[in-house]
Amino acid sequence: MSDMIDDLPTEEETRSRFGRAALENASPVIIAIVTLIVWEIACRVFDVPRFVLPTPSMIFASLVKWHAVIATHAAQTLYTTLIGFAFAVVAGLVIGIAVGTSRLLYKALYPILIAFNSVPKVAIVPVLVIWFGIGTIPAAITAFLLAFFPIVVNVAAGLATVEPELEDVLRSLGASKRKILMKVGLPRSMPYFFASLKVAITLALVGSVISETIASNAGIGYLMLNASSRFDVPLVFAGLFVVAALGVAIYALFATVETRFTGWATRAQTARLEGTGGG
Amino acid sequence: MDPAPTADPAPPDAFVDIDDVSLVYGRGTSRTVALHHASIAVPRGGFAAVVGPSGCGKSSLMKLVTGLMPPTRGTIRVDGATVTGPLKIAGMAFQNPTLLPWRSTLDNIMLPLEIVEPHASRLRRNRAEYVGRAEALLASVGLDGFGNRNPWQLSGGMQQRASLCRSLIHEPDLLMLDEPFAALDAFTREELWGVLQKVWMERRFTVVLVTHDLREAVYLADRIYVMSARPGRIVAARDVPFARPRSLEDTFAPEFVDIVHELRDHISRERAAA
Ligand SMILES: Nc1ncnc2c1ncn2[C@@H]1O[C@H](COP(=O)(O)OP(=O)(O)OP(=O)(O)O)[C@@H](O)[C@H]1O
Ligand SMILES: [Mg+2]
Repeated sequence: MSDMIDDLPTEEETRSRFGRAALENASPVIIAIVTLIVWEIACRVFDVPRFVLPTPSMIFASLVKWHAVIATHAAQTLYTTLIGFAFAVVAGLVIGIAVGTSRLLYKALYPILIAFNSVPKVAIVPVLVIWFGIGTIPAAITAFLLAFFPIVVNVAAGLATVEPELEDVLRSLGASKRKILMKVGLPRSMPYFFASLKVAITLALVGSVISETIASNAGIGYLMLNASSRFDVPLVFAGLFVVAALGVAIYALFATVETRFTGWATRAQTARLEGTGGG
Repeated sequence: MDPAPTADPAPPDAFVDIDDVSLVYGRGTSRTVALHHASIAVPRGGFAAVVGPSGCGKSSLMKLVTGLMPPTRGTIRVDGATVTGPLKIAGMAFQNPTLLPWRSTLDNIMLPLEIVEPHASRLRRNRAEYVGRAEALLASVGLDGFGNRNPWQLSGGMQQRASLCRSLIHEPDLLMLDEPFAALDAFTREELWGVLQKVWMERRFTVVLVTHDLREAVYLADRIYVMSARPGRIVAARDVPFARPRSLEDTFAPEFVDIVHELRDHISRERAAA
């Protein structure tokens, strides 16, 4: 009897009844820390030589010691990554929309895109060096080449998910193809686009580092190659850590952007899963 | 029941005139004859229902009338003009509400206004007026106050009401409904029959309704067309003489039930023949 309608808790409060949110958020950190501790102990117990596998504490020491150098190289890597990524976004959107809206372009371009994507990008770097010399440009281009394909595929796939019935509704109102694209196609494919950005930015980072390792005089990849030639294995690992950290950071950034711009997609999804929405 | 339904001469004032239309999908082994010499004529302001076995070409007929694809044979005229492309004036609603999840319910309903002239060019300056119109429409289907909700926050029945509003907002002369209430529970469905009848009686647009629910057809329509199994032909046409507004009580009257049975017999015969 005491349970008045207005006294009922909100949806957010209720959701925590299924709990475990705190544990879920902390779990990646916990796993990382446990791994590092096991690693440290194992190296010490089995007395692994530092040029085979340095302990995490040595790697951190190296990070601290070389932080200024690492920072400059990391900035260079980030720079080439972002340049390649920016071009990949533009090209990916344009080609994705073209392939997703025109059957002719789909037939014409898709096999070429697949063929192109199957070529290992490492093999292209030497060619790029011949054309552009070593340094920023080949790294940015490699980043671009790795990043743009998932964007194309996702944008095209998103455009293909428009319900034919909705298209019928709009066409029977006299909407042009362009108008249907603007009102429905593009918004509908935005979740796919933003999801692909997360993947694309990490691939761009991979591309940059690959290219720097082969042909550069700056960047984390170059730093690691240089360190390994001097058998400074802790610094090599420090470089790996920095790349990983960069990857996680930019991934998280784009995941935030994604939820901000296309929250409707995930919220519609959860609402459906939890049975609060219609259907 | 009319004895010779194929001899159903188009009245001169037919708003929708489907004249001896055939439709073939695909070719070779995947060739499907969906419609075969189908003819239907709906007068301006009339309410026609089309019933028939599953797969007999009802949805295809809707697409032909709205000009989304050309018929293989025969002609379709709407408002006196032969249909040669998408109509630009029709409202459509389907079994699936197909609302856009990134727009509020109100913005979903106003989507046709952004496309159809003269509204599209007037919308920006007269937005308040149009919002008022959309809200009035929402209220008339029992959704007042839900305009700023997102579609995924509405129940299935509420989404279908919103979809009906979207098909009516630009005050179309022709409303094409393809099983719009099929996915709803019986109570909501019967309530929406009443809503649709009320809006139609106020505005008197022309309606073509495809349905599997014979009670629904008899409740709503002036004239019911029965289609054969594929390839679809019109095998019978039945006028429904009851006065309007019809009430749910009327659907239990013996004359009403007789018509439902008559239609049911026709469809069972068509299904058996298939
Ligand atoms: N795009 C298409 N391509 C090929 N065949 C099609 C296509 N659309 C429909 N058909 C075929 O045409 C026939 C009629 O289809 P239609 O959708 O018009 O039937 P319907 O009467 O609406 O059926 P239901 O009552 O189940 O909705 C079916 O046999 C179907 O297989
Ligand atoms: Mg159908």
